[in-house]
Amino acid sequence: MKILVCISSIPDTTTKIKFVEDNTKLDTTDIQWVINPWDELSLTRALELKDDVSSGVKSVTVAHVGLAASELTIRKALAIGADDAIRVNTESYDAYYVAGQLAEVIRKEHFDIIMCGIESSDFNGSLAGGMISEFLEIPSVSAVSGIIVENGQVMITREIDGGKEVITVPVPFVAIVQKGIAKEPRIASMRGIMMAKTKPVRLYEPAAIEPLTQIVVFEKPASHSACKFIDPENPKQLIELLQNEVKVI
Amino acid sequence: MSVLVYTENWDGKFKKLTYELVSYAFGVAEMLKTELIALSIGNMDRNELMKLGDYGAGKIINITNDQLLSLDNQVYTSTIAEVAMKEGVEVIVISNNNAGKALAPRLSVRLKAGVGSGVSKLPLCINPFTVYKKTYSGNAYAHVVIKSNIKILTLAQNSFVLNETANNSSIENMNVTIDSSSVKTEVKDVQKQTGKILLTDAEIVVSGGRGMKSPDNWGPIEELAELLGAATACSRPVADEGWRPIGEHTGQTGKIIAPNLYIAVGISGAIQHLAGISGSKCIVAINTDKDAPIFEAAEYGIIGDAFKVLPKLIEAVKEIKS
Repeated sequence: MKILVCISSIPDTTTKIKFVEDNTKLDTTDIQWVINPWDELSLTRALELKDDVSSGVKSVTVAHVGLAASELTIRKALAIGADDAIRVNTESYDAYYVAGQLAEVIRKEHFDIIMCGIESSDFNGSLAGGMISEFLEIPSVSAVSGIIVENGQVMITREIDGGKEVITVPVPFVAIVQKGIAKEPRIASMRGIMMAKTKPVRLYEPAAIEPLTQIVVFEKPASHSACKFIDPENPKQLIELLQNEVKVI
Repeated sequence: MSVLVYTENWDGKFKKLTYELVSYAFGVAEMLKTELIALSIGNMDRNELMKLGDYGAGKIINITNDQLLSLDNQVYTSTIAEVAMKEGVEVIVISNNNAGKALAPRLSVRLKAGVGSGVSKLPLCINPFTVYKKTYSGNAYAHVVIKSNIKILTLAQNSFVLNETANNSSIENMNVTIDSSSVKTEVKDVQKQTGKILLTDAEIVVSGGRGMKSPDNWGPIEELAELLGAATACSRPVADEGWRPIGEHTGQTGKIIAPNLYIAVGISGAIQHLAGISGSKCIVAINTDKDAPIFEAAEYGIIGDAFKVLPKLIEAVKEIKS
């Protein structure tokens, strides 16, 4: 059984987000790029499954859509433990375009389980995973917080409003993964970092796909008014404000 | 060229988020000067369905089919797409909740429809069709043009006000044929929490962080939540340590919530935590550290020891409730 983990490269979450060219482009100076946190958790779980011989998982590949600069993020994933990687050599215009590119690659290379993070922390779309499954006309399970593979049989835990469901699904399928899938992201070892340098990255040129959406301009959120402090000895004042001024209780 | 809103139900009932969604979709339909059609899947009482009309749905389509008892993303996508094609819809509105996130991207590819995801206000413009959405986890917003003929909008929860509009609505029962072999996923087991207010539905949330020092100290947080009719939440370290269930983790990688009131107790307010709560209408922070970043996001703050402040706060709430 082969697992593919789709990874997105995003600005480190503590980065100060700034824009250039009349707020139409992200200012990439001083940005440290990291693997999108949910994708990192997916990769961790995929590697745990591969470590468990009874799962039948033989390999873990990562796939990414991005220009050469994103190779650093791919090498990080290889250092964490992925066996090999795929890069589609293009900018990511929108989720539809990215998912279409990944679906093209998956058609050429066969995978049984395709894992995607539920959201990327740049465009917060929650779209790519579901789109890949529809491009490939294969099942998808979203809000996945657990995945168990035993002798090629897959059991998924799916979060629902106020609870969870246990679901079976035949391969190939797309798992759209959220918090809970793995406890903590796996960290690259020194040996992993050395080995990553020689692991193969297969390069694909993009297919002709027309994006459906376009970001025209970015805006910074309105600045927040100053916090009003209340005497810790008299929290009653807070309750009165919440009741009478903001009217939330 | 109408607007279609997909309305999920929970054991045959709609929730406030359903009516927010219908109110929003009606707003979009008005901008486009067209009719709003609501789609409900599942066995629904007529009176419950008619409530969709109170928020602007002109036509209410109800589909019942044994193959639609659990959410199979492919079968649901086919069903919603079939309705969209038959009705010639221009815009589809879905919640940005778990089910919406599962269905919107599949519908997008099926119908070649661009998605504006997690929107919290009406489109900025209908020609070109431009939506306003959160990016970089709330550190920026973007104006996004959807270029396709059909557009899909997913609405962030608790972000749009209810708008009652008297409408002469009619219910239409629609039949669909679904071959059982097309249902690929099978639900083997369901575990549901009962009696608790869901974090994503809650209008008030009381949340605890590492400042609570130990899982044994959650009593006052739970008491305050219960008094306020609030849900409880927590920060990431608390969930990671196993002090509280993972489902309570609020923040960038946990739940993103937008309650009317968020009370953060002993939470420093790391940027990742703020990303999950920045949609809250009013944030109250209680923390011993006056420099904690949570105070920059908060409307009201108390610098003090949670173990001393909480009992006083609880007393004050009891007083106003009595």
